[in-house]
Amino acid sequence: MLSAKNPERQSASLLIKGGHLIDPAAKINASMDILLRDGRVAEVALPNKIRGGGDEKFDARGLIVAPGFIDLHVHLREPGQGYKETIATGTAAAAAGGFTSVCAMPNTAPVVDSAEWIAWLRDPERDAVVNVFPIAAATLNSRGAALTDFAALQRAGAVAVTDDGKPILDDEIMRAALRLGAELNLPVVQHAEDTRLTENASMHEGPTSFRLGLRGMSTAAEANIVDRDVTLAQQIRESRMHVAHLSTSDALKAVRRGRRAKARVTCEVTPHHFSLLDQDVGEYNTNFKMNPPLRSATDREAILVALADGTVDAIATDHAPHATHEKEVEFERAAFGITGLETALALAITKLHREHKIPLARIVELFTVGPARVFDLHGRGSLARGSFADVTIFDPKKRWTFEASKSRSLSHNTPFEGWQFTGKVVATVVGGKIVYRTD
Amino acid sequence: MHGLPSVMNKPAPGSLLSIEHLKDEEILSLLKLARRMNPLKARPLLRNKRIVLLFYEASTRTRTSFEIAAKSLGAITTLVQSSGSSIEKGESLLDTGYTLRAVGADAIVMRHPAAGAPHLMAKHLDIPVINAGDGMHEHPSQALLDAFTILKHKNSLKGLQIAIIGDIYHSRVTRSNCHLLSRFGAKITLCGPPEFVPDVAATLVPGLHVTRHMEEALRGADVIMLLRLQKERLAGQKIRLQDYITRYQMTAARVKLAKCDAIVMHPGPIIRGLELTGEVADGPQSMIIDEVHNGVPTRMAILARALGKAM
Repeated sequence: MLSAKNPERQSASLLIKGGHLIDPAAKINASMDILLRDGRVAEVALPNKIRGGGDEKFDARGLIVAPGFIDLHVHLREPGQGYKETIATGTAAAAAGGFTSVCAMPNTAPVVDSAEWIAWLRDPERDAVVNVFPIAAATLNSRGAALTDFAALQRAGAVAVTDDGKPILDDEIMRAALRLGAELNLPVVQHAEDTRLTENASMHEGPTSFRLGLRGMSTAAEANIVDRDVTLAQQIRESRMHVAHLSTSDALKAVRRGRRAKARVTCEVTPHHFSLLDQDVGEYNTNFKMNPPLRSATDREAILVALADGTVDAIATDHAPHATHEKEVEFERAAFGITGLETALALAITKLHREHKIPLARIVELFTVGPARVFDLHGRGSLARGSFADVTIFDPKKRWTFEASKSRSLSHNTPFEGWQFTGKVVATVVGGKIVYRTD
Repeated sequence: MHGLPSVMNKPAPGSLLSIEHLKDEEILSLLKLARRMNPLKARPLLRNKRIVLLFYEASTRTRTSFEIAAKSLGAITTLVQSSGSSIEKGESLLDTGYTLRAVGADAIVMRHPAAGAPHLMAKHLDIPVINAGDGMHEHPSQALLDAFTILKHKNSLKGLQIAIIGDIYHSRVTRSNCHLLSRFGAKITLCGPPEFVPDVAATLVPGLHVTRHMEEALRGADVIMLLRLQKERLAGQKIRLQDYITRYQMTAARVKLAKCDAIVMHPGPIIRGLELTGEVADGPQSMIIDEVHNGVPTRMAILARALGKAM
């Protein structure tokens, strides 16, 4: 974990008063005051019961107070691609989106496949605004051929391994990764895409891709890999397999099969996959191009059910910033990926809560204890006494309009430009310090 | 809904990007204008207009007929191809567009291997962009000249039975033709093996019918449209040519399954001995050369409309 900058300039204690606390891990959904002291949760009590108060007070009347949000899937682009994003700008965007911890993907330039790069990522020089948990490459240079040194990477601070952006296709390599991960209790994260079936494809395969004359990615290209990985996870005792950005109904079936067999299989879903459909790509709008692609209504329906019923463990953004010149090109040549940190909570409230009636407590669970358990982030995802003082405070009723030009991210490749949302982050607290506060 | 489309500029008036988004009355007025165009006796409507032909892909028919159409109307044309231009050096599509605009282009006719490339260009330029074929997406001028050709032989599109046979999946001509012909009441059947005619093809426009059987596609057909197998777009798909020929090649015997006054069309280039026999290509029902011929007045109409000189 990389702690937020300048903790010494921090007030020793912060009292968050008058808010409504939702802490699914502690089974709390009630009006509560919280006292943070020395980077930890010192006290959680009924309103006006905390004596002495804090050096600083935050008036949370009318607001939801939740454990700090955790994003399992973020591309911070450093090292090497600072023109798209830096750790400083990416984590500033995270703070504005209510995330107190982000897990950084290793598909940078160079690939984060050594303990040295993990240490570089965690260096205070990077000016991270929120906690950064590095995910290391699973294979050297993410070539899919030889495993990295999982133990050394874990000691250096990696919370999981993945070749994200690429799948681990080879059965033997995936089996070896799960075996080694099982020994170390380290999750293996899979970008599930059978790239042998998706050559030159740039969106979901269906009526829209046919009409636009674009080659499509079939749902089988995702589901086949998830299916294989679930089978491997069942065979290898204690192995932990996490499906990144799951997007299809068939992949969910495979995950459920694994769960029934008691395999340690987890999965995350992105806000864009529960909000948008393949047809929303319009006339080749490259801000709707990402991998996995936006899917059919059937897939989205299945995802909504799985978010509600507990099959999905976490909402993760797959925040993937790209420069304008990488997006203002022919659709088939445009980079895959969209930004997502600053719109995630608003989409969850607008789409999941208001439109699909998923309770706020479940949404908070998907942003907090859910992801904390996937990567074993101890002391995070809950505000139980003694936990890290990471808090997200939001207004579930606030209406606002998203403007990419005001984003903290270096890149503006979002499909949600001009969207009217309900639900907004009001303040983000990392290690007891307010790192973001709405204007 | 909450969603507003991301901010994008509208294409300049006169642009022709697709048939799908072209209004019925615009299609009718283009066809009407095309009937009045004669390349041998044209008024110089586009005198001193500069039209750039930007071709990122090979073309014989489309390029020459756009060029002859433009010159017949008095315009100056320049051909830019990917080889021999800065495109080879890695210049982006938009930078190429800005450059052509800066040298004084009044309109750009473009062919590109990527679907949607003309849309991108049109969103960023203030001059008309004419799609001369974009990847597997659309080929609107071909659909217009095909409708022009059909209407020379048939009174109306309404109720016509049209069989389109061959490599539908890769065909921008088919996509444009389906949009145009179905809108005016033609009944279209797509025919070919699943690799070329996936089931999803039936969703393109309402009322499309998909079959694997030539007899079913051809029975009662007024128009037979054939397509080339696009080997350059096959991307690893394996198709056994001999099987294809056996099942789907258009032979004189198969032409007889259609109505006796059926016409045979093909956007070209044709590969004799593959999707059709030489006998069919040169036969009395073949309109393949007529289509090429009709391309010139149709494209004259498109260019006149693009530059606001539609009479």
